[in-house]
Amino acid sequence: MKSPSDRTSSRKSLPETDVCPELASLGFFKSQRLLALRHRGLLNPEEIDEYIALGGYAALPKALFDMTPEEIVDEVKTSGLRGRGGAGFPTGIKWELARNAESKSGSKYVVCNADEGDPGAFMDRSLLEADPHAVLEGMVIGARAMGASEGFVYVRDEYPHAVRMITRAIEQAEDYGLLGSDILGSDFDFRVSVVRGGGAFVCGEETALMASIEGREGRPRPRPPYPSQSGLWGCPTNINNVETWANIPCIVERGGEWYSGIGTKESKGTKIFSLVGKVVNTGLIEVPMGMTLREIVFDIGGGVPRGRKFKAVQSGGPSGGCIPESLIDLPVDYEELAKAGAIMGSGGLIVMDEDTCMVDLARYFVSFLEEESCGKCVPCREGIKRMREILTDIVEARGKEGDIERLEELAYAIKEASLCGLGKTAPNPVLTTIRYFRDEYESHVLHKRCPAKVCKAMIVYRVVPERCTGCQRCVQVCPVNAISGPRSQPHNVDLDKCIKCGACYEICKFDAIAGDAIYIE
Amino acid sequence: MVSFRMNRRTLKVEDGTTVLEAARDAGIYIPTLCYHPALESVGACRLCMVELSHRGRTGHVAACVTPAVDGSTVKTDTPAVKRIRKTVLELLIARCPEVAILRELGERLGVGEPPYPLENEACLLCGICVRACREIVGAEAIGFAERGAASEVLPPFAVPSARCISCGTCTTVCPARTFELSKVDAVGTMHGDSDDVRTRKCVVCDEHYTSS
Ligand SMILES: Cc1cc2nc3c(=O)[nH]c(=O)nc-3n(C[C@H](O)[C@H](O)[C@H](O)COP(=O)(O)O)c2cc1C
Ligand code: SF4
Ligand code: SF4
Ligand code: SF4
Ligand code: SF4
Ligand code: FES
Repeated sequence: MKSPSDRTSSRKSLPETDVCPELASLGFFKSQRLLALRHRGLLNPEEIDEYIALGGYAALPKALFDMTPEEIVDEVKTSGLRGRGGAGFPTGIKWELARNAESKSGSKYVVCNADEGDPGAFMDRSLLEADPHAVLEGMVIGARAMGASEGFVYVRDEYPHAVRMITRAIEQAEDYGLLGSDILGSDFDFRVSVVRGGGAFVCGEETALMASIEGREGRPRPRPPYPSQSGLWGCPTNINNVETWANIPCIVERGGEWYSGIGTKESKGTKIFSLVGKVVNTGLIEVPMGMTLREIVFDIGGGVPRGRKFKAVQSGGPSGGCIPESLIDLPVDYEELAKAGAIMGSGGLIVMDEDTCMVDLARYFVSFLEEESCGKCVPCREGIKRMREILTDIVEARGKEGDIERLEELAYAIKEASLCGLGKTAPNPVLTTIRYFRDEYESHVLHKRCPAKVCKAMIVYRVVPERCTGCQRCVQVCPVNAISGPRSQPHNVDLDKCIKCGACYEICKFDAIAGDAIYIE
Repeated sequence: MVSFRMNRRTLKVEDGTTVLEAARDAGIYIPTLCYHPALESVGACRLCMVELSHRGRTGHVAACVTPAVDGSTVKTDTPAVKRIRKTVLELLIARCPEVAILRELGERLGVGEPPYPLENEACLLCGICVRACREIVGAEAIGFAERGAASEVLPPFAVPSARCISCGTCTTVCPARTFELSKVDAVGTMHGDSDDVRTRKCVVCDEHYTSS
């Protein structure tokens, strides 16, 4: 019998009707493979009984009674599962380090990282909201494997619903004896509490996260010592991402061997992505590792809307990299993304079409990272600020020869010398856009032209008289009354008044304004 | 004991010795700024970056917070290390062009005017004062406020802190000489940027110290 984990594939055999097609037959769902999201939409997350009815909490007794802690660790190692929070470190190896670590006080901790700071990412929130017990079950199993007696779910306070769901799940699991003392009569004790974070991006970094849990300022510290040696209150601590934890029950139930059958050589299992941007179907998707970007963007995502041309995908959040159309057949796994200069990150995928300016995009991500830098170390704090200044100059038509090289020089030092992952990855959006779209940078710097017609300082809105029918729609939308002209005759834009909002460009049906935005030379 | 190579020499040091301490003992120069021998190292300025190779992997690490590893190789003067140092120091000079110690370091490392618009900050944000106040004085009267480039050393909530005992340690250790601690009757200035603090007179030494 197939378990709910294979929901999409098991349903394929059901008869389809034209009137109301099966969900699983729709392009968006067809090639998804739901493991972490196995209960998506199938259960009421506030009812533990529903999770149990769908086969939940079956892995836990197996881990408690049929397996030794070493066997659990081995199973996770066999599965090839790698951390879903960013760096992709093999989970089993991390567990083994924590399991074998000596604790002076005898305590060990496990932490679920639900900080999820990437703008536009919502996989962890969705998991906690829709299936909190899967995460919890994973944590109990992990705690058992590593010998931890206390756990924390660190979740940002901007996720009030997720906080409620996981808090309620903890209460219910305690009521059922699945959490607390002597779990299921096994003599094993494990408690979990929820810690709400203030929402700083950097608090997702593990050492800053631990400082935050301990009540200190959320700033990263150098490693070593790694959390597995000396984490919370100096005790061995294992931190995993929400999605990593949610995969554990499947692995224990069905075996590491089974899990490692999914995915690519070095990247096993499935990954949840939040597919957003200029793509027809947006939302959370879960696919086997190794699926190509083309399949994700076009088969699942349904391609770029409004007939625009696909340009690139930003993978891995603000500190990820931009992958151009020429690499659209890239299989998405940790290694391939790294080779392309991007990262898996926590699974953000932002699709961009031809109307995106790559320099402006890099400037946007760099500004985000500038604001989120904790300020502790010089290359990240000062270097990202300088990158943002240079990028701002470039998009505002003040770029100078040598700016691109200066960006590369800064990027090198920031990557090599920053203390934590935020700084080490911050140059990625700049480096990848320079690598794949250097001509766009040069066009901005040398010719003061923005090929995507995005950078306001370099464009002028002008009516093309031959095409203007004088319909006056632009006159109505212009917020500053910059357009005038008699009905049915070509209009005129008063460039002194125009604030370049683009409203006329959007509204004009005759391409009279749009097509020919001209450039300042 | 740990035995490892630094540049062309083999060094033997106690377990737990950092790369920086080992280098200093051996007379090998590595520039530092946020390091202070009496305080916990935090790896903030990143001027002490060196190249570390171990078990076939090579990367750059901060010498002040990296323990020497048996069998590893450290290089303190490669072109890449110099390139990183140069950028880091340029970034610092651009932030604090008036701070003498940066210009001295610039002279020693051959780093001149930075290619960025100059700011005029007095504080390097090295955190030595914060650590000294916490670790040596035990007062914890100052800490970092804000984040990123907006960071500042301030008493909690930017309100003059009752915990400051006007000991002056922070002013003494500051490599940039940013602090001014004046002992005016009944009013002390705890930090360059903060407001004045009401002080009380000590019955023994007659000096003023702050109190709420
Ligand atoms: C700036 C920064 C932000 C991070 N944010 C998150 C986050 O929001 N969620 C997360 O799980 N990991 C985040 N990480 C990665 C964590 O440090 C850590 O590697 C991860 O939680 C480990 O879990 P995993 O092995 O299951 O991936 C972040 C890392 C950095 C450097
Ligand atoms: S790299 Fe950035 S976020 Fe990380 S410690 Fe340095 S300043 Fe803070
Ligand atoms: S771009 Fe905006 S402000 Fe300028 S003419 Fe068009 S509608 Fe008016
Ligand atoms: S003078 Fe005040 S702030 Fe400075 S070290 Fe002493 S107690 Fe701390
Ligand atoms: S005031 Fe001085 S010691 Fe304190 S952080 Fe600034 S430069 Fe460093
Ligand atoms: S001296 Fe090592 S980072 Fe500052």
